[in-house]
Amino acid sequence: MATKYDWPAAEDRSLIGKRHNRVDGPEKARGTAKYSYDRNLDGMLYARLVTSTVPHGRILGIDTSNAEKVPGYKGHVNILNVGDEVQWVGAEVLAVCADTEEHARDVAAATAVHFERLPHWVKDEDVEQAGTANRVTPAKDDTKGPDIEEAWKSADATVEGYYGLGIITHCCLEPHGQVVDWSGDEITVYASTQAVARIPADLARGLSRDESIGTVNAEQVHVITPYMGGGFGSKFNIDTWGIACAKLSKQTGKPVKLMLDRDEELMVAGGRPSDYGKVKIGAKKDGTLVAYEAETWSTGGVAGRGSPPVPYVYNNEERLSQKARHLNVSTNIGPARAWRAPNHPQAAVLTMCPMEDLAAELDMDPVEFFKKNADLTARPEVYRYEIDKCAEMIGWKDNWHKRGDSGSGPVKRGLGLSLHTWGGRPHDSTCEVRIQPDGGVSVNLASQDLGVGTYTTLSVVAAETLGLQIPDITVNIGSSRLPISGASGGSTTVGGTSASTRRATVNALEELKGVVADALEVDASDLVAKDGKVFAESDPSKSLSWTEACRKLGNRTITGQGKQPDREGGKLNDSGVGGVQMADVSVDVETGIVTINKIAAVQDVGLVLCLEQCESQVYGAVIQGIAWALYEEAIYDQATGKMLNPDMEFYKLPGAADIGELEVHMVQNKYDDRGVIGIGEPPAISPGAAISNAVANAIGVRVPTLPLTPDRVLEALANA
Amino acid sequence: MSSKNPADSPACAREGAPRKGFSRRTFLEGVGIGAGAVGAIGTAKPARADSNDPVGPGPVAITLNINGERQDLEVEPRVTLIDALRNQLDMTGAKKVCDRATCGACTVIADGAPVYSCTMLAIEAQGRRIETIEGISTEDSMHPVQTQFVENDAQQCGFCTPGLVMAGKAVSDRSSQPSMADVEAGLCGNICRCGTYVGVRKAVYEAARA
Repeated sequence: MATKYDWPAAEDRSLIGKRHNRVDGPEKARGTAKYSYDRNLDGMLYARLVTSTVPHGRILGIDTSNAEKVPGYKGHVNILNVGDEVQWVGAEVLAVCADTEEHARDVAAATAVHFERLPHWVKDEDVEQAGTANRVTPAKDDTKGPDIEEAWKSADATVEGYYGLGIITHCCLEPHGQVVDWSGDEITVYASTQAVARIPADLARGLSRDESIGTVNAEQVHVITPYMGGGFGSKFNIDTWGIACAKLSKQTGKPVKLMLDRDEELMVAGGRPSDYGKVKIGAKKDGTLVAYEAETWSTGGVAGRGSPPVPYVYNNEERLSQKARHLNVSTNIGPARAWRAPNHPQAAVLTMCPMEDLAAELDMDPVEFFKKNADLTARPEVYRYEIDKCAEMIGWKDNWHKRGDSGSGPVKRGLGLSLHTWGGRPHDSTCEVRIQPDGGVSVNLASQDLGVGTYTTLSVVAAETLGLQIPDITVNIGSSRLPISGASGGSTTVGGTSASTRRATVNALEELKGVVADALEVDASDLVAKDGKVFAESDPSKSLSWTEACRKLGNRTITGQGKQPDREGGKLNDSGVGGVQMADVSVDVETGIVTINKIAAVQDVGLVLCLEQCESQVYGAVIQGIAWALYEEAIYDQATGKMLNPDMEFYKLPGAADIGELEVHMVQNKYDDRGVIGIGEPPAISPGAAISNAVANAIGVRVPTLPLTPDRVLEALANA
Repeated sequence: MSSKNPADSPACAREGAPRKGFSRRTFLEGVGIGAGAVGAIGTAKPARADSNDPVGPGPVAITLNINGERQDLEVEPRVTLIDALRNQLDMTGAKKVCDRATCGACTVIADGAPVYSCTMLAIEAQGRRIETIEGISTEDSMHPVQTQFVENDAQQCGFCTPGLVMAGKAVSDRSSQPSMADVEAGLCGNICRCGTYVGVRKAVYEAARA
């Protein structure tokens, strides 16, 4: 049923779905955007962590006597105490602070922590070896669909293979951390966070656990985060360093800055679980997929984690026989955090790569094979359409060849594809929209912009609703004292905040229309706000400019409230999207180097609010995918238990010259009636599988594990 | 740690980056042993870039030329240019990210060439014309590279943006007709984690022609 809150019909949209410059673009381009790391407060002290040097051990002693004599020393707080156990290198033991950044480093270096070493384990790929070390526990054993033994009998072709991908870290360019200013009863926190509204309670809880601090109330805490330098799922909590930073501020009576160093950031503040698996997959001669069986294992630190949802996308439980076992490998490495589409990229590799191998075995074009089996997905029509569209973009018909049939020269070209899905259900959100007598409009909610375009999308929603332009709207987010909105995780922000903003704006406009109706002597229901005017639809000559209309408010400021969810508030959002990506690569079989020629991405997200920022999300996700497909991996050494590359020189990320040509197609005007659905995660899922499939197509053999580094490519060729 | 300008990296064609001057490592070797007295603020001995006399480890008075303005400050000799800019001058546009001359978020322009300010000592920056992101726009107008970053949505979280803008400005300063390969070579000392390179490449390409 239609409501006044519904998104405007396609023909009535002047801003929604169009291209807009990012409203926070100029501040970022000028370098004037203030991030947490950029806060320099009067009298501010600098803090550093002192962390565990052993992968597993017990703290025998903490000696700060020398540290306290270092010039500039101002204080320290213990995060762990003597007798406590540490489970990974880099675990936070204490925080120290000093008058300058250099002195803080001196103080940290002069602090001595002694450990009793305990046995450790950091390797995950060889599950038998990990089992021998008593590090493996069963986590899942699912059987679904028709009897699998019967299915194997009915299969004309089966493929068994080994596939996997290593651990990657978030490597946010702004590291985790914050500036805390504890002054009187007020605790101001400039935190690099993706959960502005959640941090107050998180910090208060953490502080209240310390008897020497006493009870801290969440309302004492004010989080201010107008800008933050990347999260990708790793920045939901205040973490031990945030609590320690607040304690140092209380202890010293000064503001304190504690931002992680790059090595700490990579060792303890991020991490996507690995996933490896033995997969068997079978189909009939005509390409009908009949069975999928996998034994997978992964690690995300001591707790294991990382069970992939396999088989992925192709998982119809009526028709496909499925068996999936998962094993947790416990390792003494920094704990995993949610990484853009948790477990889905791994599941895509463990499903789409065996499928491409099976297509090769069947001598079928993978595009035909993936399309033929689309009925095994939740949205067959969507995927068929998107596969065709993507194939057209990448020139599949002209450029694809049979596996390994890529000429005699040393550089082999190949194409590959992958499909993905994601939910993106909107998070809860409340919003207040203000209309001032001078015509000013503000949108207020305790959300945050991780770089996805929250400022821009909310400006568009409010401006579209009021018939104004983007610069007419002020978006206030990034403060915990604004109306509460959800954390930005799981592609939930745009759906939640756009709905609460739309409802709040419609409600505010209703109130304004009531005032204008009296002034123009028309019925309020006859009024429309469009093109910077409020006028009677039946008689457009009865009209006021936006400013004139607002002036009728006199001294009054209108506040419109909106929330998500809201049963009476119309259907503004949904969850569940598809997406297809195809990669075109060249592989030099003499050097093993993989080069991206092109990646094409097709993505549906319901109603697109800001086309350019949506495309940017896809471009970014694909580039991150190129990173973990070809370059980045956290490498751990069993002898020392240390991460060997906690820096940006050997933890490799691509540069501007490494990404080839990218083409993105956002599906618009097809699923608009579903409303807004999140975009952050879905396009981050497929790149690894698509690139791996393209490499297999190019060189004729599967490189089993990602990243597809030259040594792995050469090894796969040598083993062929 | 050696002083590493983008131009020292064989993968990066950043011609003209200054290679003279002492490195952080050789400098620290020079002062590490036998350096006794800690200089008090206000009485700091001036450090001269062209002198081999040992200074430090306490603060020394230095003079920098930043965005055409003289800046007098006192820093320990070990303080990097990025830390002097951010912590002492509150010029926080340049970002400290890798702190190891890899990611380019700290890029500033010294004597016309892009350098990593995380791996240049503040005292080493004396006598050089330093341009930072704060100096290339006015309140009313942005540099063409900045304008094109906005026009091409070449930014997400924005933390790498100031470094990429400065690297892009150096490209456009060198040539008004760079090829896309020139643009990529000029930007290859910078890393973006959100993945904005598609917009960044276009922005720099178009800004050079503006």
